[in-house]
Amino acid sequence: MCTTCGCPEEGHDHHHDHDGHLPGTRITIETDILAKNNRYAAGNRALFKANGIFALNLVSSPGSGKTTILERTLCDLSGNLRCAVIEGDQQTDNDARRIAATGVPVKQINTGAGCHLDAHMVGHALEELPTREMDILFIENVGNLVCPASFDLGEAHKVVVLSVTEGEDKPLKYPQMFHAADVMLLNKIDLLPYLDFDVEKCLEMARRVSPGIRIFQLSAKSGQGMAEWYEWLRGKG
Amino acid sequence: MHELSIVQGVVELCEQHCGGRRVLAVTLEIGSLSGAVPEALEFCFEAATKGTLLEGAELEIERVEATGYCSDCGVVSPVETYFDSCPSCGAPALLLRTGEEMRVKDLEVE
Repeated sequence: MCTTCGCPEEGHDHHHDHDGHLPGTRITIETDILAKNNRYAAGNRALFKANGIFALNLVSSPGSGKTTILERTLCDLSGNLRCAVIEGDQQTDNDARRIAATGVPVKQINTGAGCHLDAHMVGHALEELPTREMDILFIENVGNLVCPASFDLGEAHKVVVLSVTEGEDKPLKYPQMFHAADVMLLNKIDLLPYLDFDVEKCLEMARRVSPGIRIFQLSAKSGQGMAEWYEWLRGKG
Repeated sequence: MHELSIVQGVVELCEQHCGGRRVLAVTLEIGSLSGAVPEALEFCFEAATKGTLLEGAELEIERVEATGYCSDCGVVSPVETYFDSCPSCGAPALLLRTGEEMRVKDLEVE
């Protein structure tokens, strides 16, 4: 059988002209460009399943409060649940040091010029974390509302964090990310009295882009609304 | 700029399939809601293919328009955004049928 086109005839010619450039042999691939990432993601997912780990991929724009939410969550859940964190940033281990201060195992990934974490990086970070003694893994992605949307890390949920100091129309401006997420944390709600942020409008936009998205309104600073988030984590989604 | 990672993925896939031959042309299928911008892919392609079997190859991008299925009225319609409502019955959400593709369709080798 011909291995190029699958037809029963051996040794025939596949050469043809293609808009003026050199004639060549066409090979059909029809493969997802992110297939390699998705294979690593499947590997991570299998590891999470085997060890009973609930993995969350936290995504947001820079400065929405992901690390502060994690610091408070880790302190409040310690004793009940064994947590670990993978921190993704282009540079510095500042966030990893903040997390380490809570006593939770943490591994920093610096992506350099990279704008997102991929499943391969996460797989290597997992090698350095105690996966056999872990209930919840928080993966704090690079602060970026665009690129991390395309890369599956093997997580159970993408959790998008939006703070009320940002525009309420972020879900419509960055729909791919909000569509990919099925949990949203609306953070810094303690600042609402000082802002013109329309919560209902924001939630409506988030639901338009991601019907069924689960939304927690909270403030990692004041602690308001954190209990519901913890309840969801304890129930492991 | 995740287009660079995407193009690196394209290079890797092509090198796996080209049997060591020089690649003359690559065709990608990119959905209109995939988050990958064709112009940015083209921009990265030259840099990412330098020194590989794809150096100098022609990049062809086939745009796949997004369509969505309405679970209320069963109509499949063209979709421009993730938050389009059904143009037929007005239902608020459509299930995407196409538009999120990011695939290498085929390549042409020497």
